[in-house]
Amino acid sequence: MKQLMLGNKAVARGLYEAGCCFVSSYPGTPSTEITEEAVKYDEIYCEWAPNEKVAMEAAFGASLAGRRSFCAMKHVGLNVAADPLYTMSYTGVSGGVVIGVADDPGMHSSQNEQDSRHHAIASKIPMLSPSDSAEALAFTKIAYEISEKFDTPVLLQMCTRVSHSQSIVETGERVVPERIKYEKNAAKYVMMPAFAKKRHPVIEQRTKDLAAWAETASVNRVEMGGTDLGIITSSTSYQYVKEVFGNSVSILKLGMVNPLPDQLIRDFASKVKQVAVVEEMDPIIENHVKELGIEVTGKDILPMVGEFSQNLIAKAFGKAGDTGASVDAEIPMRPPVMCAGCPHRGLFYTLHKNKCTVMGDIGCYTLGAAAPLSAMDMTLCMGASVSSIHGFLKAGEEENAKHTVAVIGDSTFVHSGMTGLANIAYNMSNATVIILDNSITGMTGHQQNPTTGYNIKGDPAGKIDLEALCRAMGINRIRVVDPYDLAACDKAVKEELAAEEPSVIISRRPCALLKYVKHNPPLRVNKEKCIGCKSCMKIGCPAIAIKDGKAHVDDTLCVGCGVCEQMCPVDAFEHTGKED
Amino acid sequence: METKNIMIVGVGGQGSLLASKLLGQLLLDAGYDVKVSEVHGMSQRGGSVVTYVRYGSSVASPIIDEGEADYIVSFELLEAARWLPYLKKDGQIVTNIQQVDPMPVITGAMEYPEHLVEKMKAAGAKVDALDCLSLAEKAGSAKAVNIVLMGRLSHYFDLPEEAWQKAMERIVPQKFLAMNKIAFDLGKNA
Repeated sequence: MKQLMLGNKAVARGLYEAGCCFVSSYPGTPSTEITEEAVKYDEIYCEWAPNEKVAMEAAFGASLAGRRSFCAMKHVGLNVAADPLYTMSYTGVSGGVVIGVADDPGMHSSQNEQDSRHHAIASKIPMLSPSDSAEALAFTKIAYEISEKFDTPVLLQMCTRVSHSQSIVETGERVVPERIKYEKNAAKYVMMPAFAKKRHPVIEQRTKDLAAWAETASVNRVEMGGTDLGIITSSTSYQYVKEVFGNSVSILKLGMVNPLPDQLIRDFASKVKQVAVVEEMDPIIENHVKELGIEVTGKDILPMVGEFSQNLIAKAFGKAGDTGASVDAEIPMRPPVMCAGCPHRGLFYTLHKNKCTVMGDIGCYTLGAAAPLSAMDMTLCMGASVSSIHGFLKAGEEENAKHTVAVIGDSTFVHSGMTGLANIAYNMSNATVIILDNSITGMTGHQQNPTTGYNIKGDPAGKIDLEALCRAMGINRIRVVDPYDLAACDKAVKEELAAEEPSVIISRRPCALLKYVKHNPPLRVNKEKCIGCKSCMKIGCPAIAIKDGKAHVDDTLCVGCGVCEQMCPVDAFEHTGKED
Repeated sequence: METKNIMIVGVGGQGSLLASKLLGQLLLDAGYDVKVSEVHGMSQRGGSVVTYVRYGSSVASPIIDEGEADYIVSFELLEAARWLPYLKKDGQIVTNIQQVDPMPVITGAMEYPEHLVEKMKAAGAKVDALDCLSLAEKAGSAKAVNIVLMGRLSHYFDLPEEAWQKAMERIVPQKFLAMNKIAFDLGKNA
């Protein structure tokens, strides 16, 4: 049956049809829905792992056990999993292993714009790159065939526009290969120097074999059209090229972006007058084509930065792109904001008020960097808040310990904050670490994690006790505060900053968007009492605005958290008693 | 058939996902090739969000570029104005007149611009502006704003009423169907 399907859902369908039995992932936009859709198939065991490295190693174990396995992550997650990745290339697989990695050109929801094809090349692992949902489904299945035929993990490169676009797919049946019986094979799976040295030549030969296979593989195809210009392209860029040029040019569409088919490229180039490469981010195909001695245009006319679009490509090739009209008014920006009732707000206001230096991390709370809270000095990657505060305190002025904190979410702390805390405890820096425990992985859309007590299906699961964990690591000062209570937050932050030893503050309250969280009735401003001082505006709540010089609460947004009430010097906020 | 483009714009959390799902189903059932491109992740937190719906005999790009949209369906007035450069010449805007203040307006750093409907018309756009929130509340739920908008959009489509009804039956949960059918009609006949 033909149906419209999200690219990520099509990958999940591909996993189902390919007989994949094991999925372990860490959520990350734009990859998250692959695993959320896969778990809807009862035949596939799915889980959220604490981080991408664990997920990939778990998938490796499932492969050793003889089953087809999968893990998904965003592009930066592949950095976390790079350690197993580079050596799984050497061990190869038993049951097929496919690794889904979703790039985010344009950085819709990411901290950098890295091109994961570099990892494929460096780890010598083949990479497929679909350009729509139908290919996402088909390539997932082909990836398993490649994995088992060539004894290698296979990378499936998605990007925001392929992951989060729906296009038409036709589904098939699930076929499950028989479980491959586990047999001990130390020379293949124990990567100590003596064995690894013997594996490396095997991997070099495998790359040659894969390149030869790529010459005739169906995933790479030539679409001959006009021969004045021949465009080599892949992924979503192919769709933009088709949109702009239709059949007026010839196209070499590469579904496999590592390794590349030299002869196919040479043959294609020989049939057209001029060759261009259209690829987002880095000039990887382009440089390869140049190495073959073929003259090519590419990044000389196309950007390395951001996403492509049909207009961008049209203009680069000297065609007129469309333009539209604008209104005669200054349009205010609408940046994302912390939701009304967000438990992070009270804590970040406290940090702002105390003029703290804040080592930030990755999650919804990164929005604490924006005005008016403006309470973040640094955000690098998952876990970096806890690790970097240690260096900041060791190398900086002694005074720093009196105003510097690290903030990190519950899921991010388990992902890679724990090791940073171990360093603080072991090497003894006087750090104040604040764990923002909102009892869920928020930014990626509410995934369970090891601190929530529930698994990916919402069933009861093991639960890490954060207080006990921090204590076991050697932190003596641990306290829990309710971020809706500004006085308690202020006291906790002041006292722990003053303390002469490392401390952990757990700011604990569930995300206001969680279904089980009961909201209070919205507050109302007594216009008689309100003096228009704008104190309540300092917390940046989207439910509060100034109208005619007085504070006004939007009762469709307000969840009655009461943080604004604590800001008001004249008690102008009143409880309405109106039910949620 | 040349590809047609519909943009659905609004504020993160307003529920544009159901609208794009409905349009996707409707156009798929009508026999078109369809692509729908959504936004997930960070910008969903109260930010400006956009969904692209494209249909025709064969659709390549999943996104809509400047000057390409045949229709812009907007859940919020300022968002209609923000995305206006994406409207084709002679394109149609269907917008809710509801206003949601963005952070720069909330903090008082900027003003919410006035007379946006007139200004969009002055820029050459055809604008169909209606109070979807009141109509949705009349139908039974403020959450039916998306279906009110779809009802209004159906005006401009050469598709039989039954096609819309059928798509709604497949997308909208059974218990909300009757209410949403009322919302659809209220939008259509507004």
